[in-house]
Amino acid sequence: MSSLDRRRFLWGTTAVGTAALLAGCTSNEPASSAPDAVAAGSGQNSQPGKAVTIGFSAPAADHGWMAAMTKNARAQAERFTDVTFKATEGTNDVNQQIAQVETLINDKVDVLVVLPFDGKALTEVGRQAMDAGIPVINVDRVFDTPLAYRTWIGGDNYRMGVNAGEFIAAQMKAKGVANPVIAEVAGIDSLPLTQERSQGFKDALARGGFQVGPRVSAQFTSESGEQQTANLLQSASRLDALWNHDDDQGIGVLAAIEGAGRGEFVMVGGAGSRNMMDRIKADSGVVKATVLYSPSMASSAIALARLLGQAKGIGDLAEHDIPASITTYSAVVTKENVDQYLDVGFDS
Amino acid sequence: MRLAGLVGVLVVLCLVGWATRPDSFLTEANISTMLRLAAAIGVVSVGMTFVIISGGIDLSVGSIVALSSVWMTTVATQSYGPAVMVLCALLVGLGCGLVNGVLISYGRIVPFIATLALYASAKGLAERLSGRRTQVVTETGFTTAFRGDLLGVPVLIWLLAAVFAVGWVVLNRTTFGRRTFAVGGNAEAARLAGINVKRHTALVYGIAGLCCGIAALMVVARTTSGASTNGMFYELDAIAAVVIGGTLLTGGRGSLIGTLVGVLIFTVVGNIFTQNNLDTDIQNIAKGVIIVAAVLLQRTTAARRRVPRTT
Repeated sequence: MSSLDRRRFLWGTTAVGTAALLAGCTSNEPASSAPDAVAAGSGQNSQPGKAVTIGFSAPAADHGWMAAMTKNARAQAERFTDVTFKATEGTNDVNQQIAQVETLINDKVDVLVVLPFDGKALTEVGRQAMDAGIPVINVDRVFDTPLAYRTWIGGDNYRMGVNAGEFIAAQMKAKGVANPVIAEVAGIDSLPLTQERSQGFKDALARGGFQVGPRVSAQFTSESGEQQTANLLQSASRLDALWNHDDDQGIGVLAAIEGAGRGEFVMVGGAGSRNMMDRIKADSGVVKATVLYSPSMASSAIALARLLGQAKGIGDLAEHDIPASITTYSAVVTKENVDQYLDVGFDS
Repeated sequence: MRLAGLVGVLVVLCLVGWATRPDSFLTEANISTMLRLAAAIGVVSVGMTFVIISGGIDLSVGSIVALSSVWMTTVATQSYGPAVMVLCALLVGLGCGLVNGVLISYGRIVPFIATLALYASAKGLAERLSGRRTQVVTETGFTTAFRGDLLGVPVLIWLLAAVFAVGWVVLNRTTFGRRTFAVGGNAEAARLAGINVKRHTALVYGIAGLCCGIAALMVVARTTSGASTNGMFYELDAIAAVVIGGTLLTGGRGSLIGTLVGVLIFTVVGNIFTQNNLDTDIQNIAKGVIIVAAVLLQRTTAARRRVPRTT
């Protein structure tokens, strides 16, 4: 390259760099939004009562599902005129989350809602809050001891797998497929939640006389979902069913399926994103169902926190007090019932 | 030739794949899948090869891919059509690369720190821009253009081939390439020889950034979405591919063909594991073994040919 060429190259890149800044100004509108999953409430419990301050701490919203958890909690709190909501910045650093919860304790909030990044690591600070007389609602990732929480509310990973497996087994029987090839695209394999989902899936299929065929694990991201599924589809020339653990990575899984031009099988998703529910409703592709692990549990956690603060029970139950643990149900959302669940579908 | 050993490893891996799955491994569809999977990380690795030959390192490539992919897929950008999307990806990538380059050469911040800083801030910006949600591509013109075939070969594979060919010519057949080797070999000597080392270094990082922009549009085409999680761990995969490809981490010596073979080796390993329905944990162990084995292999073959360097 001559000296003149170099100069041109340099000026060219400078001009292009400036244009980059300009183009940047055009592009920061968020995409469509799903409705916030909030409970309308009915009966006496929905009437305004004693003022309650709820402290909230959760991991960073770096994933559609986790983002929906924080968003739902906030939206639910805003529905109650008697609730003051104090949320801390989401973080994936357990030390920072411990410090945040300590700050909320020092602020003397009435009730704490904590979704720990790591249940084991946050157990001690949960106990600290309980010892200080602040009831803790532990959401999803469970603390090590009931001494650290008043009530736990979370999803059921094992049943997610069971319900996905039972749905697929029923489909196979209805179609009369003798030896179906059933694939699984799991999430991060080292997480207990992934292991529970897989175990439930395996057990439910075994009960139907089937087994899991090709299995890959992705990283809960759309890119990893696409990569793993592209390889998986090449290894299996024929599939009858596929279960994908997570609807966020499901965007990539579907891109791989469309890229490979495949569609001979039924696909079941996991978690319940709005995107997947729309596809189930349209019924034009492979997605026939998704098993819920709904971030609506965050809305319920806030509603429970309010009732705890006001010393009320749950209407219709005989109990005077809020139960110590509530497990949400991993319902199977299909074309038949999707309208009923659209309100809890979250943006992935 | 040192490459021969590496190509040998690739051939052996392909034989393993063929032996374990004779029905599906060497099919046209599977080879095309592997090459398309290699495309994005391959393009990033081309840029990384330039940076490492020039004596630097770039830890920010994954975040630049994330930021470029998010930028090109946010709603407003998509409504301007595919050309604007592509342009955004390329310009954002190039811009980030030049920021790295200027910080390193004119700001005199060591590459490790400067690119670590951009790794963090580009990731943060990508998360802010996307609202931490996966931005689905609704612009069908873009998806049909980049997900399709050209003369029977997927567009993404053409793109990889083009980036690789241009990179090879620039590195091996131009003054710019020779200077990259010179700067990496001995920056002071290069400066005394009349090379504008600062400007050259800044441009090398610009090239790496531009490659990330191209990779971002490949990832968006493949996943039909932009997300702040795109490009995760690309820095490690690219550095691994460059190093097993025979490029010296200390700079001054290296080969793009080696890098490409390195990328293909990792892609084939991943495919073999999936083809045989094996656990992914073992796959990571295998990756580590391959990195160590390849570097040891190169050192022994290099030692046989010349007096060993003490550095």
